[in-house]
Amino acid sequence: MSLKRPAKDQPENFEFTPNSLKAAEAIVTNYPKGKQQSAVMALLYIAQRQNNNWIPLAAMKYIAKFLNMPYIKVYEVATFYSMYNLSPVGKYFIQVCTTTPCMIRGANMLVEACKEKISKNESELSNDKKCSWIEVECLGACVNAPMMQINEEYFEDLDKEKTLKILDKILKDEIPKPGSYRGRTSNEPENNRKTLMDLKNA
Amino acid sequence: MLKDQDRIFQNLYNDLGFDVISSQKRGDWVDTKELTNKGRDWIINEIKESQLRGRGGAGFPTGLKWSFAPKEVGSRPHYLVINADESEPGTCKDRDILRFEPHKLIEGCLIASYAVQAHVCYIYIRGEYFIDGQKLQAAIDEAYEKKLIGKNAAGTGWDLDIYIHYGAGAYICGEETALLESIEGNKGQPRLKPPFPALIGLYGCPTIINNVETIAVVPTILRRGGKWFSSLGREKNTGTKIFCISGNVNNPCNVEEEMSIPLKELIEVHAGGVIGGWDNLQAVIPGGSSMPLIPKQKCETLTMDFDALMAEKSGLGTAGIVVINKDQDIIKCMARIARFYKHESCGQCTPCREGSGWMWRMLERMARGEATKDEIDMLGDVTNQIAGHTICAFGEGSSWPVQGLLRHFKKEIKERNKFDPIVKENKNIPYLVDQHLLDKNA
Repeated sequence: MSLKRPAKDQPENFEFTPNSLKAAEAIVTNYPKGKQQSAVMALLYIAQRQNNNWIPLAAMKYIAKFLNMPYIKVYEVATFYSMYNLSPVGKYFIQVCTTTPCMIRGANMLVEACKEKISKNESELSNDKKCSWIEVECLGACVNAPMMQINEEYFEDLDKEKTLKILDKILKDEIPKPGSYRGRTSNEPENNRKTLMDLKNA
Repeated sequence: MLKDQDRIFQNLYNDLGFDVISSQKRGDWVDTKELTNKGRDWIINEIKESQLRGRGGAGFPTGLKWSFAPKEVGSRPHYLVINADESEPGTCKDRDILRFEPHKLIEGCLIASYAVQAHVCYIYIRGEYFIDGQKLQAAIDEAYEKKLIGKNAAGTGWDLDIYIHYGAGAYICGEETALLESIEGNKGQPRLKPPFPALIGLYGCPTIINNVETIAVVPTILRRGGKWFSSLGREKNTGTKIFCISGNVNNPCNVEEEMSIPLKELIEVHAGGVIGGWDNLQAVIPGGSSMPLIPKQKCETLTMDFDALMAEKSGLGTAGIVVINKDQDIIKCMARIARFYKHESCGQCTPCREGSGWMWRMLERMARGEATKDEIDMLGDVTNQIAGHTICAFGEGSSWPVQGLLRHFKKEIKERNKFDPIVKENKNIPYLVDQHLLDKNA
């Protein structure tokens, strides 16, 4: 199990913006009547997106009222799932996969690059408060290892140099191109395709 | 090698486009109505005849699972839930289906919903696949627009609504009952079985849960016949399967191949061989991280299917093959997997919550060569106390890789760990040294 603690400095109030409110109300209709509690995960995402990538306790209380469920249940969900950030993570949140398939292809080099460019320790904001990084478990792109995720986008087939370049761009507030950094558009074997040959370049 | 026309996922490499029109050109949605007109029993029988086994890891026969759904809809509605919470290290097949073949999945959802009499289908996608989920959402919107799903879906007279539910980074939600808990808005902790979800599942209603790949192959099986599907592979291990080959190979890739294909062919032909040549191979994890590894000498002749791997005390799992060559430290690799399980344990059952941490710490110490000889047996003992003593299969999943390591690489561990607790120099490591023994030998 992983431990998660809410941030010490918490804002006092939280409310959905009109856009968030619209999205939240639409999601609740996905579930049967009286089962609005199902929407709690989606609503936490909406709160996280609205509040610079992290969820304050006030937002959990707000969502509990919104869905008519106990606050402790929302807190339980927010602390159980690892993708909800309970303390500030920066505008660009970098997650480096270091599980075995990535590890044996050199994920530690990506971690080194993050240490050099962003901060010495994980979950620590960079000097300009815009970035933070963290080691995570398998992100499900093992064929494109090593890889990392920045906010929602995957960056695949990396090595240390490519990672340093991506991080440089991000620190300059530019958005780097997501996807494979060896030019792959799918998970086909590079230069070694043996299947579905007549469809290639069709 | 499987003939190209027998491959179900023609667009696995996105040569043809993933929108609805390109999908229709490949044969999706062409005669869905005629398939459902043949009736529920025909569909379920055809799937039974194809001997399709679930592609999510456990390999449960799909036709049998569908037949568990109540024949008549009572006061409780039925649900179909698609498990796209793909988090097993080494596996990334469902992601390619979500982004390149979404219409195969959606059509499969319609047929499966019809077969188990569900009007609502939830697709549970792991939160990290947000971008791929958006692609699937776009495909669902397209399907609604073309009236392929919704009221009177594709002219079949069946109403179906499909919703996406995003997970939030919990591996355990790939377990079917934890997934249901998660959809209900709770933390994802598995339920006791029985009752099985087919009778009491989502919101207490009958629910059928299938993996993405299982559902996506259903329309093709029905079109080409269960006989065609069962003619591929071998008895009880039929059909095609997407294999993900990652790790120390020259060309890591996903490839759809026939079941029972030799492992060596997958690695040498499709993945371009092991880095440093076949002789540099150390071990292979054949089915995602929770399946015990297989050492090189057995890889020569191994075929990849459920039963052949079971005979080797491993399993096909999700068919995520992780190749580990001799440049890697095998104990460290397994210690990292143990750390994964320690992180992902949901914390409900004590043997798993505590034991996964013990296994990780012991393996880390063994990787550094700080463990005593006794600890090797102790580690095996811990794994035995976890496996089979938990609510869900996570206990087995976390202890099997460690057992595999102990089974095949005990010699390596013993060579590295010659630590003797009764040596004075080491008395500064209190957790390793039995203090009263120290005093006696002082």
